[in-house]
Amino acid sequence: MSVLRWIRRNLVVIAGLLTLAYMILPNIVVMVFSFNNPKGRFNYAWQEFSLDAWKDPCGVADLCGSLSLSLQIAAWATAGATVLGTMIAFALVRYRFRARGAINSLIFLPMAMPEVVMAASLLTLFLNMGAELGFWTVLIAHIMFCLSFVVTAVKARVMSMDPRLEEAARDLYAGPVQAFVRVTLPIAAPGIAAGALLAFALSFDDFIITNFNAGSTVTFPMFVWGSAQRGTPVQINVIGTAMFAVAVLMVLGGQLVASRRKKSAQPQ
Amino acid sequence: MSVTDAPPLAPAPAEEPPAPRKASARKRLVPYWLLLPGILWLIVFFALPMVYQASTSVQTGSLEKGFEVTWHFWTYWDALTEYSPQFVRSLLYAGTATLLCLLLGYPLAYMIAFKAGRWRSLVLVLVIAPFFTSFLIRTLAWKTILADGGPVVDVLNTLHVLDITSLLGWTEGDRVLATPMAVVCGLTYNFLPFMILPLYTSLERIDGRLHEAAGDLYATPATTFRKVTFPLSMPGVVSGTLLTFIPASGDYVNAELLGSTDTKMVGSVIQSQFLRVLDYPTAAALSFILMAIVLAMVTVYIRKSGTEDLV
Amino acid sequence: MTQKTTEGGDVRLSGISKTYGSFTAVHPLDLTIPQGSFFALLGASGCGKTTTLRMIAGLEDPTTGTVFLGDKDVTDLQPYKRPVNTVFQSYALFPHLSVFENIAFGLRRRGIKSVKKQVDDMLDLVQLGDFAGRKPHQLSGGQQQRVAVARALINHPQVLLLDEPLGALDLKLRRQMQLELKRIQTEVGITFVHVTHDQEEAMTMADQVAVMNGGRVEQLGAPADLYENPKTTFVANFLGTSNLIEAEVVEAAGRETVVTCGGSKLRLPGGRCASQPRSGGKLLVGVRPEKVSVAHADDAGTVADGRNKITGRIVASSFIGVSTQYIVDSPACSDFEVYVQNIERDTRLVPGAEVVLHWNPAHTFGLDADQSMLAGTVGDAGVETVEESA
Repeated sequence: MSVLRWIRRNLVVIAGLLTLAYMILPNIVVMVFSFNNPKGRFNYAWQEFSLDAWKDPCGVADLCGSLSLSLQIAAWATAGATVLGTMIAFALVRYRFRARGAINSLIFLPMAMPEVVMAASLLTLFLNMGAELGFWTVLIAHIMFCLSFVVTAVKARVMSMDPRLEEAARDLYAGPVQAFVRVTLPIAAPGIAAGALLAFALSFDDFIITNFNAGSTVTFPMFVWGSAQRGTPVQINVIGTAMFAVAVLMVLGGQLVASRRKKSAQPQ
Repeated sequence: MSVTDAPPLAPAPAEEPPAPRKASARKRLVPYWLLLPGILWLIVFFALPMVYQASTSVQTGSLEKGFEVTWHFWTYWDALTEYSPQFVRSLLYAGTATLLCLLLGYPLAYMIAFKAGRWRSLVLVLVIAPFFTSFLIRTLAWKTILADGGPVVDVLNTLHVLDITSLLGWTEGDRVLATPMAVVCGLTYNFLPFMILPLYTSLERIDGRLHEAAGDLYATPATTFRKVTFPLSMPGVVSGTLLTFIPASGDYVNAELLGSTDTKMVGSVIQSQFLRVLDYPTAAALSFILMAIVLAMVTVYIRKSGTEDLV
Repeated sequence: MTQKTTEGGDVRLSGISKTYGSFTAVHPLDLTIPQGSFFALLGASGCGKTTTLRMIAGLEDPTTGTVFLGDKDVTDLQPYKRPVNTVFQSYALFPHLSVFENIAFGLRRRGIKSVKKQVDDMLDLVQLGDFAGRKPHQLSGGQQQRVAVARALINHPQVLLLDEPLGALDLKLRRQMQLELKRIQTEVGITFVHVTHDQEEAMTMADQVAVMNGGRVEQLGAPADLYENPKTTFVANFLGTSNLIEAEVVEAAGRETVVTCGGSKLRLPGGRCASQPRSGGKLLVGVRPEKVSVAHADDAGTVADGRNKITGRIVASSFIGVSTQYIVDSPACSDFEVYVQNIERDTRLVPGAEVVLHWNPAHTFGLDADQSMLAGTVGDAGVETVEESA
């Protein structure tokens, strides 16, 4: 009976861990199958252990090219969306102006819109303007849908900032620019970083909007999509696993640094 | 100590009313300059495209002869009648996936917020980290997991679960892949983090002493959850369900990769009309209908749940 | 750090006012704050004291009027160009900078390279030498407060503005910091303008107090003068406690005014009336509770002639330690407060006892009867209004 009682008492934890397993299972499969040596074109059934794909991750035509293109687009989209979004967030929190409601809706709507709708409408715009689909149209689209997420992340941080800190800086002989660089920016930095990270992840992983507006340009998600039709090389599993590992290591490393810094913040 | 010691307190000078100062025009323009580039971007690349799409949806013509605005509203009617199964399917699948996300995500979010202790950040990392493996690669992994004759299908078969789901029309025979169940399973999987993170954020804000207070006031753990914890987590529930339902309703990746022609969602139709059939008016009309349905549902939902400060 | 600031001069506010839309936070106001003084702006939340302070700092643009520092009009000067520094309520210490860098902030912004010596001196002055490397969140409230003072003082401002700097501290620490601030002010000789809602704090620290109410200065003067000679019921009630009695004027000629109320005849010096009383008119007569003596009704005969006398019955008494406070119901006033030093306690003075209250007529003051007797008391709406957006 005590087993039953234990289960009842820890029901939430058990359910939570099951969900967690559900969420991680595909990642484990991706990792395991990066060591597969499949028969035929598709890497869906286990055959035998092999390190071939890990030894030659770029061994498939266009794979690494699409990866580097995706990284470039994500970097530029992050930079653009972060700058524009941070400016909007500051204006929204720190100033009064007309048409605030309309501007708030304009920022909320892209997040409340199925991606396919934005993708299709943007394509009609580009077709009507006769724009050439490719790197630039994808970048424009990515900045557009990342913007709202950056605004939301930065706004949350700026709202929790004491406006008196900026007043104190101005009171202590810092001009507007100095006050912003020395006080506002460092304190808002975590929010801006969170927004930028979100923008990078969204842009890097975006498929639907990119698929509509990329023309013949192939980003990494589009390469994966195409390979699902033609045959999945083991190398995409290698890259997926590597990115997962890098992300986990970066987050854990960041936490380690943060806890070290906390400990070392003792009197000099 | 005498009254006359105090310095005289002069009233306001009465000679002439002083002119009010004006905040400098430059200062008042600052917010507009900050807003200008970003808002302009959204107007040109988000709002304007909607206008173009609206105009496209009432055009007729062909790719060779060109399209022209003829106010042909029948396109909407035709699109809706021809593709109503796909619309119904989209909303049904997205709704089911959202519900499943809530059921699966809530215990995990609750566990991270209240039970994880020093494991909290590790679990959070595990929730977020899958993001960094392209979601397409992860969705393809479900093809392996749910493969015919694979361990998952075998177990479900042995437990006779598949018999029941087949009866309900969720699966076919002893297959899971290429059935509605596979699509919903993929949707649920893909959007779970979007449910868990807002849930966690709102649960984490709840003061743990509230649970003790409720217990002190004769509430059983179940009542505490129903009357205290859940109502306080409502903002997370609302934004989590929106962040799950909205993208899921327009998704076509899961339906294409894990489903069959019988599980196509409206996103697939829009995509193929636009990119393969090149019937722009129909595609634009479909896209507008989807947008209208989703926005209407979102608006009603936000009103009902009384949380309008989501942004 | 002991040199006196000699340049500059008085802070002069001339007709400054501030309105937000239709709400007037500060009515046109003239005020001169003498150089080197410790000046307090005292009032309840929402009285306009913080707004006034922020207009001196340059953080708020006055709607009308001019701010002078010495002879210089600084009204249009940006805050970072004014020789004025502020200690903010809740301190506004930069959370991402160490104590050292917080204090050095102003010097660095003015392009001063070698700040070490000055910052160390400043840390010594506020007794925080060992905490230079800490971040603000690692300090206690009192320590944070001292960093805030040091951060402002290191710039040798002409005027130091303090916006409720002790509000977040507990009572004991507040007392200690009051003395500390007073010591620092004497040492550096800079003009301090101190905003507070705590009348005791204002009276302990300041040379001059301006009592503000509803966006206007009600009265200005030295603490003792304000306490002894309130000009309005608001000042009488907000600074300490006053017993106010509505009375009819019998005789208003010469050096003495005679009034009656509830059958008793009271006298007060003519010079202590805020407005000229007229015979047959009304007058509010006031006396502070500690000026009044209590005698049991049986001893009524022993009270000297020439003293103001009122009879009544004790309703309540509370023992405070140094004193006992009585509330007495009399025909003149239903809740007359009296504080009696616990030197020799009369055991007959318990609730229900009939007593005679008596005091020296010179301790009586007269106020205009046209104002509310309750202005400035705890329940008064004017006191409880919400703080205007700073």
